[in-house]
Amino acid sequence: MSDQRKIYGVMGAGSFGSVVANLISKNADVLLYTTRQDALINIEKGKPIKGVMLNKNVKATNDAALFTKTCKVIFPVLRSKDFRAKIKHLAKHLTSEHIIIHGTKGFDLLETNVDEIDKDFALDRSSVHTMSEVILEETCIKRVGCFSGPNLSSEINQGQLAGTVIASSFQQVQLEGKKALMSENFKVFFNDDIKGVEFTGVLKNIMAIASGAIHGLGYGENAKAMLISRGLAEMVWMGRILGFSPNAFLGIAGIGDLVATCSSEKSRNFTLGYNISKGKKVEKILSSMTDVAEGVGTVKVIHALANKYKFRAPISQTLFKILFEQMPIKEGIDYLMHFPLIKDVEFLKSEV
Amino acid sequence: MKNDWPILQLTDQQEAFIGQVVLESLQDLKSQLKKPISYKDVLEKTVYKERGRIKKNPWKVDPEDEAKIWSAYKARLAKFYTSDLSSDELLEKEEALAKQIIGGYAREMIGNFNKQAYQRAIRVVPLFLNRILNGFQGRFLTGFFKKNYRLRDKIRLHGDFELYKSLDQKGTIVLLPTHFTNLDSMLIGFATYLTGLPPFLYGAGLNLFNNKIVGYFIDKLGAYKLDRRKKNPLYLTTLKTFSRVAISRGVHTLFFPGGTRSRTGALENKLKMGLLGTVLEAQRNNYLKTEQTKIFIIPLVVSYHFVLEAPALIRQHLKREGKEKLYLEKSPFGGFRNVTRFLYKFLSKGSDIVLSYGTPIDVFGHQINNKGESIDQNGQIVDIQKYFFDQGKISNDNQREAEYTKMLAEKLIEIYKKENIVLSSHLVAFTAFQIIKKRTKDFDLFNMMKIDEDTTAISYDLFTHKIEQLIDQMQKMSKAKELKLDEIFKYSAEQIIDQGLNNVGLYHSKKVLYKDRLGRINTDNMNTLYFYHNRLSGYNLEIHV
Repeated sequence: MSDQRKIYGVMGAGSFGSVVANLISKNADVLLYTTRQDALINIEKGKPIKGVMLNKNVKATNDAALFTKTCKVIFPVLRSKDFRAKIKHLAKHLTSEHIIIHGTKGFDLLETNVDEIDKDFALDRSSVHTMSEVILEETCIKRVGCFSGPNLSSEINQGQLAGTVIASSFQQVQLEGKKALMSENFKVFFNDDIKGVEFTGVLKNIMAIASGAIHGLGYGENAKAMLISRGLAEMVWMGRILGFSPNAFLGIAGIGDLVATCSSEKSRNFTLGYNISKGKKVEKILSSMTDVAEGVGTVKVIHALANKYKFRAPISQTLFKILFEQMPIKEGIDYLMHFPLIKDVEFLKSEV
Repeated sequence: MKNDWPILQLTDQQEAFIGQVVLESLQDLKSQLKKPISYKDVLEKTVYKERGRIKKNPWKVDPEDEAKIWSAYKARLAKFYTSDLSSDELLEKEEALAKQIIGGYAREMIGNFNKQAYQRAIRVVPLFLNRILNGFQGRFLTGFFKKNYRLRDKIRLHGDFELYKSLDQKGTIVLLPTHFTNLDSMLIGFATYLTGLPPFLYGAGLNLFNNKIVGYFIDKLGAYKLDRRKKNPLYLTTLKTFSRVAISRGVHTLFFPGGTRSRTGALENKLKMGLLGTVLEAQRNNYLKTEQTKIFIIPLVVSYHFVLEAPALIRQHLKREGKEKLYLEKSPFGGFRNVTRFLYKFLSKGSDIVLSYGTPIDVFGHQINNKGESIDQNGQIVDIQKYFFDQGKISNDNQREAEYTKMLAEKLIEIYKKENIVLSSHLVAFTAFQIIKKRTKDFDLFNMMKIDEDTTAISYDLFTHKIEQLIDQMQKMSKAKELKLDEIFKYSAEQIIDQGLNNVGLYHSKKVLYKDRLGRINTDNMNTLYFYHNRLSGYNLEIHV
């Protein structure tokens, strides 16, 4: 069933971008915007990009003006480090009519160089921009949303069952997102708290590194389950200090994504933790990874936020020591095991 | 091009105006009701609340037959549900009663503006004030009033008035000021006259009409009446619709988006979404019509050295301690004596008032250029109409408009901070309070209010030193357009301190800040010191004291 009048836009021809384009193509025609020549040529020739074969009603363009003229609802699926530049590039073509629903998990630090973040660095919340904030800052768009959840692209591409949260303070945006993304095997949930959803989707990367490490050290499912629970507690706690309600953290985009990422051996974050636990030197891993795991930057950001707002985030802070202060991984995990916390679900009750 | 003042249609087309308010109010109500539609709850709640108000909290301005009217409504309502009416008949009767009540409210609000009375009143304002001053001259120190004091000299206006005047021809202006004192309405009404703009329709608390003189002026200057006691669903709907219809019909309007006077003395950091939302809805409704009139918002920050009600306001704030209770508000302008005394105080010495009119914005917070176009953060022209689009055309979506309203509120709060013109009195109060706070162990605001003279005293040298630090910081912020500084900031720290001490809360019975007999800076009232101090809160200036 394709909606003849409407053509949805997707930005970014990475593996997830292609999967999203395919998802939407079940409901309507899709125009994929990318400036990468190789991707454009592949799509033209009907070849797969990043291993994903695009459906027939997905067309591609590198013409920003045509793209924004054709598509009034746009789904950017970009890497967080490129996000601002690419949105900025598109800004002059965007109008008040456009709606943007992004699928990028990550922070933008604009004014701050992530390499400069050391153990004493303090970061203000206002210097940590979520992708929806970037859109509002760089464009005239007001109606912004995001989709986030346990969305491993390979599974979705195989048509396996999955779901996502569309978060926006605008019901209109939620409905637009649903119309585009929802299909038989892809379930859509709504959440009003876009920033909470964005934050939780990023924070879970930290726990994925820890999960990889635990796995690598030979611990079993019990240990992993404990990590996930305590990881969630830490995420909610941090979220509350930064001003978010726990709701987003307890939903599909929070706990849902957390469980998936901590169990998936394919994720870069998990692999990073695993490799460290196997005794590989951290500096070597970091310099050899072509695409550094998002979680590394997130650990730094959280550490710097904790410095500013004086909160304790044992898992994140211990990972910081392991990654950047030569703390042996075994010592780090031992420290966490002996961390003086005995209450189970304290993070919902107590006052922040 | 408009040939006449838009506000005049409230009198020229009064019946049409009220008719539209009634119709749209009813539509709004209906859209909020669950199906099957029944006004029973709304009507019963309204009648119950109104009868309670009349009994518990009557005011001089209330019509005498009010109790009777509402008793009759009650009886009528009771009859609806005891007689055998079909559901259609019942709905018809309910709607008729709702219409009648809404119509009554709309009539009460509308006031009676006319051009001649306005022109008379605006001429009388300065005459009236001069008369008061002349009256005092005989009784007070001779020579004190050598200068001919005029209201005009006391009010300083900052803003791009040529631009505002050109916007007056291009669309509807909504003026959104901060709110510190009941004097605001009258003052802004008069200031607007000085700017050369046509009169604005504005909402003024009905309580102000309890005072005949104040009531006379605000009425003639273009007020419609708001009654904060009436918190029933029909009244609130009528009020919002009234504002929306007025704006949508092109009447330049003024209201206080903070809803009430700042109790703490701080700039507004939270706005009321209800009335602000009517601006968004009016803009959407305009785009649904053929004329497509654009709405221009002008934020306005008023700075006073002296707020008459400061002691009462801050007391209320401290009493509440964060708990919002219903306040039975009485007019602080007790009678003629109080008003004249205040005006005398205000006019006779130093106490200037500065009005800082901001850059106009559209309902989405974009700046407006001299063609009336909206300009986004990248300097591009934005066609704001399409923010109301759904599937390629304008749609009615109140949830979306409510979100836009929140965005507008955030923008306004940001603008207030930037347009705020800092006066010397704000700075001295801020500095003194912070010094006392920082050096007091276990500082507790509620106990601070009772401490003695020696505990509050600050050496003049220390005070000057801290003031200089703050001036440095504020100059930087002023350059970065984070706030604005009054003209006095061109002078030396000593001069700023002198002016500040001479003006801060000048006429409160307990002195806010003064040089004591040992030459120290001291206060007799931590409450009001806190009030004036708060004006500079939110700028993170504490770290520079």
